[in-house]
Amino acid sequence: MIPKESTRVEYGKTLKELGSQYPEIVVLDADLSASTQTKYFAQAFPQRFFNMGVAEQDLMGTAAGLALGGMIPFASTFAIFAAGRAWEQVRQSIAYAGINVKIVASHGGVTVGEDGGSHQALEDLALMRVLPNMVVLVPADGPETRAMTRWAAQYHGPVYMRTGRSTMPVIYGADHRFQLGQGSILREGDDVSLMGVGVMVHACLEAASLLEKEGVSARVLNLSCLKPLDWELVLDSARRTGCVVTAEEHMVTGGLGSAVSEVLGEHHPVPVKRVGIRDVFGVSGAPDELLKHYGLTARDIAAAAHKALAGKNGR
Amino acid sequence: MNQANNVAQLQDIARQVRIDIIDSLHRAGSGHTGGSLSATDIMVALFFGKMRRREDDPCWPHRDRFILSKGHCAPALYAVLARLGHFPREELQHLRRFGSMLQGHPDSSCTPGVEIPTGSLGQGLSIGNGLALACRLRGLDSRIYVLMGDGEVQEGMVWEAAMTAAHYALDNLTAVIDRNRLQIDGRTREVMSLEPLAQKWLAFGWHTMEVDGHSMTELLAAFDACESIKGKPSMIVAHTTKGKGVSLFEDQVKYHGVAPSKEEYDQAMKELGR
Repeated sequence: MIPKESTRVEYGKTLKELGSQYPEIVVLDADLSASTQTKYFAQAFPQRFFNMGVAEQDLMGTAAGLALGGMIPFASTFAIFAAGRAWEQVRQSIAYAGINVKIVASHGGVTVGEDGGSHQALEDLALMRVLPNMVVLVPADGPETRAMTRWAAQYHGPVYMRTGRSTMPVIYGADHRFQLGQGSILREGDDVSLMGVGVMVHACLEAASLLEKEGVSARVLNLSCLKPLDWELVLDSARRTGCVVTAEEHMVTGGLGSAVSEVLGEHHPVPVKRVGIRDVFGVSGAPDELLKHYGLTARDIAAAAHKALAGKNGR
Repeated sequence: MNQANNVAQLQDIARQVRIDIIDSLHRAGSGHTGGSLSATDIMVALFFGKMRRREDDPCWPHRDRFILSKGHCAPALYAVLARLGHFPREELQHLRRFGSMLQGHPDSSCTPGVEIPTGSLGQGLSIGNGLALACRLRGLDSRIYVLMGDGEVQEGMVWEAAMTAAHYALDNLTAVIDRNRLQIDGRTREVMSLEPLAQKWLAFGWHTMEVDGHSMTELLAAFDACESIKGKPSMIVAHTTKGKGVSLFEDQVKYHGVAPSKEEYDQAMKELGR
């Protein structure tokens, strides 16, 4: 049984650790500290925690002001409110200003579950990826979340990181380190490249196992640094395997599927199949039920791989 | 320097700043004339009569901070910053031009002395609150000033920030509303009523004052009074005339976002004594 961890909980715990190391870190939340897990920091450092109430626009503006005043603000709320409701505040006062705010947004994707479509952010990666100066991160497990949170604290500039509500299988070792702009190869293979972010990275690994039984060798990439994207690794994989599947808990437009297709379309066109949400909003249900409903399982990725292979082989 | 001399000097600086504003806008051929002129006296009183700063060290950590939330009035801010020596006054001639350090709306990455980009309305007060919190945490006694437009406070985010400043008792922050009663589409009372404006801020828990926004004496007294208030943020509703200083532009809706023509420029310069 693979151990599971929650990316939002690992974020919250790491933030508390960083609080001792960095006296400049301040944390802002919009009445969701028990959900985003900033509560750990709030309990440990009440003087450096600011609850902004249900006011996400003000959350982002205040975070910008704190950064301007020399602090290192981590601003957290649900992804749909951070990236959606406060998008223009993030654009003007954080990204355009190139200011040192870390937006860590929980509840990305359909694995939010029962709260339904209003709360399932399926657009946040697109909304953040389009902003100049913004780094966009989607950790695939607990160790990567811890590494990214530590990295974000010492990086000077705007960062958006998406965490999830549900627990995810642990992929990396406890000593995992994050490097900006670098994807990682989790499994080698020659026939098809499976490229994932977030909860879909482990699904890609499972899909590679399924494909192996069918005689297909799949390379698996974690592209958790969605922006800046690891172009070299994406191109290297496309050249090596000749076809690609992307997998994300997000609309297929604007997120990983788009980012990979843009690189390949311009530099090395190969068949690409995108696994993700196709122009619909989420609904209520259990996370696993929803992953099945929206075609976001290992089986769906494996099926997409067969289609990509057929495209490569001219069928 | 005694108070009377100080006021006379500030009035003369304001007159020269207005000349620079009109000159730069006329050369640019576009930009926001009315609001720049209504806000001129407020900015001159602050930068030349009130705010703590060091000429030789523009990034002095203890300096008072100014956020121009009504970013479209950049020409007034630029004229002030140039006069304070942040960049050569010749730069004012390149306002809004391609490659200029003076963007149409303030951009801190291009313009020395600008704290943060503004221009999308309603965001400056939240930024000011964040700065005020940062100064408190770092033990800096800097004071934070935020200048907003009256039309601007129609943005919902302003009232989120109004709650925040009161909740966190930001007594190191003074906000000013340039109450010129006009916005792009007409009079504020016709577009979206604001009154009772001062009472709204009072109800949100702010120390609230109303002054003549063209009286250096009243402005300076209000800034001083706000500084002594403890436990709450301060709001100064500064009653102004849009286009102040040039009779052609005064209280005229159409000069919100229109630069002076050659004829208007000539008359303005005559009235301003250039």
